[in-house]
Amino acid sequence: MAVLQSKHNTLQVRIAGLRFEPQGWLGALRADALARLTAMGMPGRRDEYWRYTNPAGLIAVDVAAVSLFDPGDEPPPFDGIDRLKIVFVDGVFDAAQSDNFALEGVQVERLAVAEQADIHWATALYGVLESRGQTPVQRPLAALNSAFATDGVLVRVTGKPSKPISLIYQHNSKTSDVVLHHCIKVESGAEVTLLENGPAAARFSHVMEVDIADGGRLHHIRAQGRAHQRQAATHLFARIGNHAAFKSFTLTANGRLTRNEAVLELLGSDSVAHIAGAALGDGDFHHDDTVFITHAGARCESRQVFKKVLKNGATGVFQGKILVKQGAQKTDGYQISQALMLDGESQFLAKPELEIYADDVKCSHGSTSGAIDETALFYLRSRGVPRRAAQSLLVLAFLAEAITEIEDEAISEDIRQRLQSWLERHEH
Amino acid sequence: MTDLDLEVRDGVDRETIETVHAMSGTYKYGWSTEIEMDYAPKGVSEDIVRLISAKNEEPEWMLEWRLTAYRRWVQMEEPHWAMLNYPKIDYQDQYYYAKPKSMAIKPKSLDDVDPKILATYKKLGIPLKEQLILAGVEGAETMGERKVAVDAVFDSVSVGTTFKAELAKAGVIFCSISEAIKEHPELVKQYIGSVVPQSDNFFATLNSAVFSVGWFVYIPPGTRCPLELSTYFRINAENTGQFERTLIIADKGSYVSYLEGCTAPKRDTNQLHAAVVELVILEDAEVKYSTVQNWYPGDENGLGGIYNFVTKRADCRGDRAKVMWTQVETGSAITWKYPSCILRGDDSQGEFYSIAIANNAQQADTGTKMVHLGKRTKSRIVSKGISAGRAQNTYRGLVSMHPKATDSRNYTQCDSLLIGDKCGAHTVPYIEVRNNSSRVEHEATTSKVDEDQLFYCRSRGMDEEEAVALVVNGFCKEVLQALPMEFAMEAQSLVAISLEGSVG
Repeated sequence: MAVLQSKHNTLQVRIAGLRFEPQGWLGALRADALARLTAMGMPGRRDEYWRYTNPAGLIAVDVAAVSLFDPGDEPPPFDGIDRLKIVFVDGVFDAAQSDNFALEGVQVERLAVAEQADIHWATALYGVLESRGQTPVQRPLAALNSAFATDGVLVRVTGKPSKPISLIYQHNSKTSDVVLHHCIKVESGAEVTLLENGPAAARFSHVMEVDIADGGRLHHIRAQGRAHQRQAATHLFARIGNHAAFKSFTLTANGRLTRNEAVLELLGSDSVAHIAGAALGDGDFHHDDTVFITHAGARCESRQVFKKVLKNGATGVFQGKILVKQGAQKTDGYQISQALMLDGESQFLAKPELEIYADDVKCSHGSTSGAIDETALFYLRSRGVPRRAAQSLLVLAFLAEAITEIEDEAISEDIRQRLQSWLERHEH
Repeated sequence: MTDLDLEVRDGVDRETIETVHAMSGTYKYGWSTEIEMDYAPKGVSEDIVRLISAKNEEPEWMLEWRLTAYRRWVQMEEPHWAMLNYPKIDYQDQYYYAKPKSMAIKPKSLDDVDPKILATYKKLGIPLKEQLILAGVEGAETMGERKVAVDAVFDSVSVGTTFKAELAKAGVIFCSISEAIKEHPELVKQYIGSVVPQSDNFFATLNSAVFSVGWFVYIPPGTRCPLELSTYFRINAENTGQFERTLIIADKGSYVSYLEGCTAPKRDTNQLHAAVVELVILEDAEVKYSTVQNWYPGDENGLGGIYNFVTKRADCRGDRAKVMWTQVETGSAITWKYPSCILRGDDSQGEFYSIAIANNAQQADTGTKMVHLGKRTKSRIVSKGISAGRAQNTYRGLVSMHPKATDSRNYTQCDSLLIGDKCGAHTVPYIEVRNNSSRVEHEATTSKVDEDQLFYCRSRGMDEEEAVALVVNGFCKEVLQALPMEFAMEAQSLVAISLEGSVG
């Protein structure tokens, strides 16, 4: 009881500064989310899925002030890629920097604009997947987002748009506290690439709900901002139909606290869900990937590939679960989580779970952690590669399995470049 | 002697016949010996704790220790984080103390032992050599080649200890825990609760308050225990929870192999079992602890069966200490058991080999904890889980590398095998690495019995059940090999028996 009481107290504190403004078709959905949130309270250290990550910074009333990040002469991510840009500055839409939303094969709207209408296709999606994702594990931060989101995009993909849609989150205020919520609906046979990048805010709450109909495909590539002091809690909810594909990759470089949750449900048969992450942390860095994949349909394949490079006391967390329901026969589930610890201060905390109720399945998971392989380093040096270069080479090789999850070559090269330059900046 | 010799040959033959019978149907050890029981009243309270302490003629400090645990237990809540579903246990509806009436006055010699108890041993398959010793036959000690010291327990009172003289010659102390409390209070006082504290967890705390039976082993410095120590547990009286507490101390440079085999008669009401095993391993010492657990698992519909909540922990206190847990868990309706290793000494080693088989409505949540505190410590976990029928089988484990446990190493392998589409196999490992010079590797796989292998076996004339048993035994090989010889054979046939009725 005492625990529940304290969860409710922290909730009251957390939402005190937020404005609850239900309107239009979204009003009832926001009210439902608030009711869910009120029943749960805020997460605490005693919750099973918060044992390795302290949510304090995410639930505090005030946002810890951060210094703004100067990327120097490094170009922003995806710079050379032709894309439809949608820019938010500290959570506020910036029309001047954004492109026109018109693109063949896709309808794009802003949540803050669309919510004034009485009816909308997103009624069947907004908060719906988030709500499904609350069992068996509660995700109060996602419910908070559904109740209080100030903006976001509603994307309905009907064809195969010629270029990716790119969400860019810029950051100018030292204490911004931003809540954005996106809904993506990929219609039958449609295909889209979605890019996200930028530091977003001093504190960022992000939810993306993705519904992929039969034969639909979504590619999601995210480069979380390099600003070192930012804190973020992101949630990716996806519902995947028959013969469909969901592929997501996240690069996280720096960040005092990043919690990336993903809840993927393979409801149809013969579908694919891949989720990968490469995280690089130096010093005061805490990165948490919490991933749940449910196989409900037959003959589906899922892959979780998470790699973390940690130094100077950085902490990497991985909590991953593959749940295979009864009847989800011929499931192929694969999960790997690995940490490369460049020094002795760093930590890797992992909980890779399997929960299987079908017998004709192939599921495996692996988790390793350790330092750079001295024999590999010795070999490279004996071939004349200087120590630093050899080390960078081995780190990149370590991360390669995650990067190969990106299908588009130009994008994957862009990510590789960013990893390379991070390593150069953070050499011993 | 002639008669007894005949018995030996008879016994061997009968064992073979019994195995064959067991393959064909009901639970092999499902019988119950009718012996008058001496019960304490149902339920647990401070008075019951006092009664148990008084019945065991314990000193005041032991009673105080129990009462501290009891007072703590009253404030604790039963944990429910394990993937287990069972009806609420009424802790006041259990007997916490029962002993065979015929033992109320300790027999002056083993000749006085109730013949029914001796018959029980025979059914249990206690080697006849030990039975002869239990029966007090002259010259029995010199028979046979392989020596195993057996302390057999019949519900809550230890009946007798064999090979006492030979063990005493080596300086080894092997006796019931109650005897140790009386005769070696300094050792018990120093070590009891030092590995599993009184208030460690709900079930261990209950055990600390009410344990009435268990074993005590002390191996003096530099001694290699001349025998493999072996105990047999049975739960016999209806509604009797058995709370045994075992404490093994391996002093510097010593070695002991301890075998524990369990079977229980068939009962319809669920029976509670909450044991605690503590191993203290000092510098350069080594302990091997092997268990074959084959308690009554309940019927096909999940009726009856033992609820088994066990806390087992080894503390490698000295440098280069070594512990090896091996378990074959085939019985019990509910298994909640995590034999753990605290690798405190530098260069200490912990190993955990486990086979957990859950058939019909059985549920098992079992695994291990490897806590690396010392430098260059090593651990290895090999877990094989087999689920059949409607059973749920969970591996739950922790590997923790503390910042100071530099250059340490862990390897974990968890494999699950599913037989049938209504059972479940789950893996919940926790991996916590807090230094970079250590290497931790974890891998887990889940699969079904390979059709090609089955087909091959069938084409060689095996029936389906035999074929599955062979494939499963192959799947478990790594663990079976870690068992001492006499257990390995028994465990192999147990694997087959446990899976009967799971195919076709």
